[in-house]
Amino acid sequence: MKNPYLPLPMKLVKNFTETEDKLIHTFTLQYLSEEDEKSFSYMPGQFAEVCVFGKGEAPFGIASSPTEPGFLKFSVAKVGVVSTALHLMEEGTIVGVRGPLGNYYPVEEFKGKNVVIIGGGFAFTTLRSLATYMLHPDRRGDYGDITVIYGARNPGLLLYKEELAAWEKSPDINLITTIDRAVDGWTGRVGFIPAVTEEVAPSSDNAYAIICGPPVMIKFTMPVLEKLGFPPERIIMSLENRMKCGIGMCGRCNVGGKYVCKDGPVFTRAQLNELPNEY
Amino acid sequence: MIVSKKEIPSFLDKLISDYQVFAPVQKGSYTLFKQICSGTDAVLDGGITKLPVKEIFFPQSEKLFSYNVTNEGAKLEAPVDDRKKVVFGVRPCDARSLTLLDNVFNNDKYQDPYYLTRRNNTILVGIGCNSPASTCFCTSVNGGPFDTKGLDLLLVDTGDAYVVEPVSDKGKELAEKAGFAAASDADKAAAAKVKEEAVVSCRVNTDGLKAKLDVNFYDPIWDRIHEKCLGCGACTYLCPTCHCFDIVDDAVDCNGCRVRNWDSCAFPLFTLHGSGHNPRSTNKERYRNRIMHKFKYFVDNFNEIACVGCGRCIKNCPVNMDIRVVLEDIRGSEARLDS
Ligand SMILES: Cc1cc2nc3c(=O)[nH]c(=O)nc-3n(C[C@H](O)[C@H](O)[C@H](O)COP(=O)(O)OP(=O)(O)OC[C@H]3O[C@@H](n4cnc5c(N)ncnc54)[C@H](O)[C@@H]3O)c2cc1C
Ligand code: SF4
Ligand code: SF4
Ligand code: FES
Repeated sequence: MKNPYLPLPMKLVKNFTETEDKLIHTFTLQYLSEEDEKSFSYMPGQFAEVCVFGKGEAPFGIASSPTEPGFLKFSVAKVGVVSTALHLMEEGTIVGVRGPLGNYYPVEEFKGKNVVIIGGGFAFTTLRSLATYMLHPDRRGDYGDITVIYGARNPGLLLYKEELAAWEKSPDINLITTIDRAVDGWTGRVGFIPAVTEEVAPSSDNAYAIICGPPVMIKFTMPVLEKLGFPPERIIMSLENRMKCGIGMCGRCNVGGKYVCKDGPVFTRAQLNELPNEY
Repeated sequence: MIVSKKEIPSFLDKLISDYQVFAPVQKGSYTLFKQICSGTDAVLDGGITKLPVKEIFFPQSEKLFSYNVTNEGAKLEAPVDDRKKVVFGVRPCDARSLTLLDNVFNNDKYQDPYYLTRRNNTILVGIGCNSPASTCFCTSVNGGPFDTKGLDLLLVDTGDAYVVEPVSDKGKELAEKAGFAAASDADKAAAAKVKEEAVVSCRVNTDGLKAKLDVNFYDPIWDRIHEKCLGCGACTYLCPTCHCFDIVDDAVDCNGCRVRNWDSCAFPLFTLHGSGHNPRSTNKERYRNRIMHKFKYFVDNFNEIACVGCGRCIKNCPVNMDIRVVLEDIRGSEARLDS
């Protein structure tokens, strides 16, 4: 019987301050052996319980893509015990990773389709994984147009500047970045995600929309997607209920009879429409 | 088969040399399941134990693994308890509860090695209930005072002796090894009579309850029904089918262990997000979740009600919330589909 509570020890090799306000750090973790790497096979959208020994564990979306071998990446907001301990951690320290957990974005269904990725704030983590996965030269041909609409309060709060710069130049992806209020030197758009999505008006023909962000952003973007003609079956969301076990046993993360950890975190709007609004 | 009550202590003493034996023991005014060192410690006529039998398989606090971490790596040790156990004197409702918990700890994707190893190595010897308490309602939730679900052996109290009814192969083997005498026709008739006369007088009508819960999530009845509840969580800790837990570290620097502790959906922190958002922010949502989980979600997922009618939550609630009354109340409520 495989013990689902045992973490894989990994080495934290980079503790990078991702945002200007210093509240988000991105951690690069390296496997300790090739065997360990083989044992951790994941897909974009999955998450893991990351533990700081002595402090505890907390769930984080995997921000790296399976097409990036050798390491895992997590971008973590400092909110409590485990996330703060991670932020303070020295490079070279051993942490634990339990997973991969949960389901993933339906990348098989996306084949031959246009894909519109909409992200707000620091919820962009697994969307980075997804975009990186689809943009891999071996896979890019499987998908139609890839559009990314990504917004933050100000430029300093956007994650993954390097990737954004590369995507900006790439013909393989249509990247639209937006900030809430104009600042000097900003060349992207200005405005909230729902309004920008309406302006960009990505076609819903043969397309999927994937949306992650704070509840208010989701609430106001949903009607825009509906207006654009995205049916609920082709709107994909990822939930972030509080979790502990990650394996459908501790009872914490349920939305109706579904456990977000085991049956999600990725759901279609159509699936969520059938569930009570406890998320 | 039959065993006289006088022989029980020596039977248990013999078991103790081969198994860890658990039985109800007296603790002040109530009984609890404890590992016993002597057959005379078992208290078999004390009714239902204060805490359910689940704690033997899923302890209130349990070490998942210990660790020793350096910059080179982590040494993890996860001792899984595979000692052979006999639990003696389990009531039928508690035995049933374990068959329900099995669905959780052995779900469609993951197996919990701690719980399942204990389950696989344990023989459950039950005692039927000759005089069910006023708070018992097992027969309303698919159980009964002599129900054998989950048991390996059932004992029926006929006064001076127990008539022993094998349920599983494991149970039969244990009884045969013990060398119990064969039950006479008169003994069997006495057992049948006891069963017939044991009446669970309380009947909760659950007809249509599930259909109602399917559609009444947004019904105003939930605004009212939870009002008396303090959210203390006592009912969840004492409930044989509640399985919520938390996982925490107990350590000095990098040497320590990861521990799981019972937790409760009655507590606001249970679901509080790091962002401050809470999907079940008031007692209304939390009480609704407890009822929905037992009588709708569990039924949707596993086709069984996650309540065995043991009555512990009724007996122990500080403000006398009575789940039977709550269920009847809900059954009478109007359907409401939208928020
Ligand atoms: C599937 C999934 C993916 C996620 N992905 C990411 C991600 O990529 N990046 C990211 O940053 N986050 C992510 N999260 C959120 C992340 O899991 C939480 O921020 C994290 O669990 C916080 O852990 P912590 O130990 O730092 O905070 P905790 O110490 O658990 O505290 C969190 C908050 O809970 C409250 N709290 C906890 N205990 C108490 C108490 N005793 N008294 C009062 N208040 C208390 C406080 O408000 C505190 O701010 C994800 C969550 C899920 C479920
Ligand atoms: S024991 Fe009573 S007061 Fe406490 S949480 Fe349960 S129903 Fe509410
Ligand atoms: S809900 Fe109450 S009566 Fe039902 S199994 Fe739990 S404690 Fe017993
Ligand atoms: S996190 Fe434990 S059930 Fe989902």
